[in-house]
Amino acid sequence: MKDKNLKHRDQRIDDALDTSGVRHRATFKQEWPLLLLLIFVWGALWQDFSAGNLLFGAIISIVIVNLFPLPPVVLPGRINLWYCLKLFAWFLGQVFVASGHVARVAIVRRKKARSAVIAVPLRTESDLVVMTVGHVLTLIPGSFVVDVDRSSSTLYLHYLDVNSDADVEKARANIHDIERRLIMAIGSPDEYEAIKNECGPDFSSRKPKK
Amino acid sequence: MDTFLEALAALLLVLGSLMSLIAGIGLITFPDLLSRMHAATKPQVLGFLLLFAGLIIHLRSWGLIPVFALAWGLQLLTAPVSAHMIGRAGYRTKHVAKETLHVDELKQVISNHSQTTGTTAAVPPAKPAQNDEPEST
Repeated sequence: MKDKNLKHRDQRIDDALDTSGVRHRATFKQEWPLLLLLIFVWGALWQDFSAGNLLFGAIISIVIVNLFPLPPVVLPGRINLWYCLKLFAWFLGQVFVASGHVARVAIVRRKKARSAVIAVPLRTESDLVVMTVGHVLTLIPGSFVVDVDRSSSTLYLHYLDVNSDADVEKARANIHDIERRLIMAIGSPDEYEAIKNECGPDFSSRKPKK
Repeated sequence: MDTFLEALAALLLVLGSLMSLIAGIGLITFPDLLSRMHAATKPQVLGFLLLFAGLIIHLRSWGLIPVFALAWGLQLLTAPVSAHMIGRAGYRTKHVAKETLHVDELKQVISNHSQTTGTTAAVPPAKPAQNDEPEST
C-alpha cells in the first residue's frame, strides 16, 4: 500500500478499500452533477421542463442515487467553460474527420497499411481526465483504447496507419495534445499550472514537448 | 423556406444513412479485429448526429432537442466503452492478428503481469490491475 502517501490518488485508494467491504458513499458535493444529469434525463424524456416536473425528477434522482450508489468520482474542482466550448467545437470537427478517414480507408483499400498497439503514459492522475481522454481519442481519427492501467494512468491504444517509429511518436504527441486540451478544460488547478508551464498559456495547436 | 428545410432534412438523412453504410463496409473490409473496431465506433456516431438533426428539422420540434442531446451524449459515452471491451477481450483471447501490428507495447506488460501474479489470482488493490474504464458518474 505504498500508494497511501500519494495525495492525488485518494480516489484509487477509496475504490481499493471498497473491495474489502468498506463502502464509500459519495457526498452531496461529489454527487450534484450526477443528480443534475438525472433531472435532465427525466425532463428530456417527458419533453417537459416545467418546475413541477423537474421537482418530481429531482425526488426520483435522489431515490435512485441512494438505492444504487456508485463509487464517488473525484471532481477536479475546476472548469473553464471557454476551453470546454473550444474543446467541444474541435471535437465535433474531429468526429467529421474521423468518419471521413474511416470511409477513405474502407473504400480505398490499402493492404500495406499497418497499425500498432502503443502505450501512452498520461501526465494526469485524475480518473475523470483519463476516462475523457479515452473517450475522445476513441471517437476521433485513428485510435481506440485497448487497455487501461489505472495506477500509472497509462492508456494502451490501437492506432491505425503506423508504419514506422516516427509514426508512433507522432501518435503519442497527438494523444498528449488531447490530454492537454482536456486539462485546460477540466483538469485540476495543479495539472493546469503544469500544462501551462509546459506549453505556454495559449490554446494553439502547439504540440507539447516530450 | 419550407422546401429548403425539407431538402436539408433529406440531405442530412441520406448522409446519416451513408455513414451507417460506411461503417458496415468498414466492418467487412478491414483486415483485423482491432481495425474493425474503428469502423464500428466512428462513422455511426456522426451518422446518428446527422440522422437526428435531419429528423428534428423535418418535425420542426424544439422539444426534441433535449432528447436528441441526451441520446447522442449516451452514444458518445457508450460507443467507446463497447469498442474498448471488445478490443480488450479480443486482444487477451489472442484474436488479434499480430503480423498487422508495427509495434505492440502491451504484450510485454501483460506477460509480465501474468508471470508475477498468475492470470487467475485476484489482483491486489495496489497493483496495476486490468481495470475497467471508470464509467462516468
